Amino acid sequence: MNTKISIESAGKTFGDGNIIALQDVNLAIGSNEFVTFVGASGCGKSTLLRCIGGLETLSSGSINVDGVPVSGPGVDRAMVFQHYSLYPWLSVIDNIKFTRLLQINREDITSADVETASGRADALIDLMGLNHVRDAYPNQLSGGMQQRVAIARALLPRPQILLMDEPFGALDAQTREVMHDMILHVSKLEKTTIVFVTHDVEEAIYLGQRVVVMAPRPGRIDSICQVVLPAQRNQDMKLSPEFVQQKKAILTRIRETAGMHTDLELLERMTRQAEADQ
Amino acid sequence: MSTDNTRPSLYQSVISGWSAFWVIRGHLSPRIYLLFALTGMLLPLAAWWWLSASGLMDKVFMPGPIDVLLRLYTWFKDDDLLGDMWISTYRVAAGFSLSAILAIPLGIMIGSYRPVQALLEPLTDFIRYMPAVAFIPLVMLWVGIDESSKIAIIFIGTFFQMVLMIAEDVRRVPITQIEAAQTMGATRSEIVSLVIIPSAKPALLDTLRVTMGWAWTYLVVAELVAANSGLGYAILRAQRFMQTDKIFAGIILIGLIGLAIDQLFRWLHRKNFPWLYKK
Repeated sequence: MNTKISIESAGKTFGDGNIIALQDVNLAIGSNEFVTFVGASGCGKSTLLRCIGGLETLSSGSINVDGVPVSGPGVDRAMVFQHYSLYPWLSVIDNIKFTRLLQINREDITSADVETASGRADALIDLMGLNHVRDAYPNQLSGGMQQRVAIARALLPRPQILLMDEPFGALDAQTREVMHDMILHVSKLEKTTIVFVTHDVEEAIYLGQRVVVMAPRPGRIDSICQVVLPAQRNQDMKLSPEFVQQKKAILTRIRETAGMHTDLELLERMTRQAEADQ
Repeated sequence: MSTDNTRPSLYQSVISGWSAFWVIRGHLSPRIYLLFALTGMLLPLAAWWWLSASGLMDKVFMPGPIDVLLRLYTWFKDDDLLGDMWISTYRVAAGFSLSAILAIPLGIMIGSYRPVQALLEPLTDFIRYMPAVAFIPLVMLWVGIDESSKIAIIFIGTFFQMVLMIAEDVRRVPITQIEAAQTMGATRSEIVSLVIIPSAKPALLDTLRVTMGWAWTYLVVAELVAANSGLGYAILRAQRFMQTDKIFAGIILIGLIGLAIDQLFRWLHRKNFPWLYKK
């Protein structure tokens, strides 16, 4: 396995250093690998993703992409956000071609390059099933269609890495299933390395080759789970014993690290109180 | 068999129709909307008419709508109404444009860059609370009593508010829109020109629409103190001669001009930002 992203003793603190978002995170992510991150809220999974994307800087340690330390955002690492990242004043096609407006893509550009770019935008429109809304504005689209546009826009400059921060978190269950198969298809077709953050364990197992379970306070990697499903996934696998068992194991880890016991105690105390009052 | 079960009585349908109007954030058909809007405009007019015709108030203090219309006609025929309207509109346009030309870039800078915010926002906040009217004596000493003093007062009255509101509009651009551009390799100036400005534009135009109203307020203030032409000046002079009908005419005229400009801004909004109106 060629290492694409290597995270070495990464640490991140907020405030005056008293909130530890990430502590001593070590991980190597392979080329064309699909890695998913799950964990209770506050475990630092989104922070880690944003550090890989260069939107946040580490307080200690390093992240290397192809051996080069990450020092800021870069076109080799595209990012898809949960929502509100599309430009409402641009049509679907103009959103997808937005990167073509940027200087970084205009240097030494030839007419052949422009043609390939337009061809690529059309191909992505086809791939994402956006043909019928090509000239619509984002706010005329459903949440699922908007995320398709966001993914197409991220893929346009052929990034080697796609960073996805709960991209389907706001979608309904049926739309999510469709999006899952779509993004698996994209990862095969485009050979993109995908790092995917979610709070949905089922989503994490279904999509990932590996599931990284993170734990909060301080944010850290708790365990890494190699998914035992065949490479070609389908929705029926979600009912297989292997899938259910892995889901149970991961959920147990998340519950144990989330520190939910106080809430249970509180609930019991309130129930007893209510019974006493009757 | 009674028909009560199948068809609601007239009383019931009136009651249910009436309660349908009061759904919170509900809808009204354009016709009903127009009906309410006209009622809102005509009711005060009718009340005014009745009050002046009833003789409860002296005509000197409360002229009727007809008196005001007649005065408007003589003002137009003998007293250069159009000239007054023109000079007032010119002063507002000049003061307002001057303040917009400076406030838009400054507001964008304050809203985008922290150091600019730290440098200018507390100062602007401070000056904003100084009453613009209190600057009039100073402005007259420094600028004199010609056109530029009126323009300067309108500028002082609108500029500082405008800067802060524009900075706030810019700060309301969703951070995800900006971060998405960063991950696509946009430079800082590209983020300002390709993301922040287009994203904030509709809110900016609304801010200009609101501050235009304030510009008219300060016009009247400026003309009441230091002018010998314009609608505000005409109102002041009418007071000296007890021409209440002319005071009414002047006030209503300013209201109508304001309403027309407001509608123009709304039209520009619909014309320039079609994505906000397509659902």
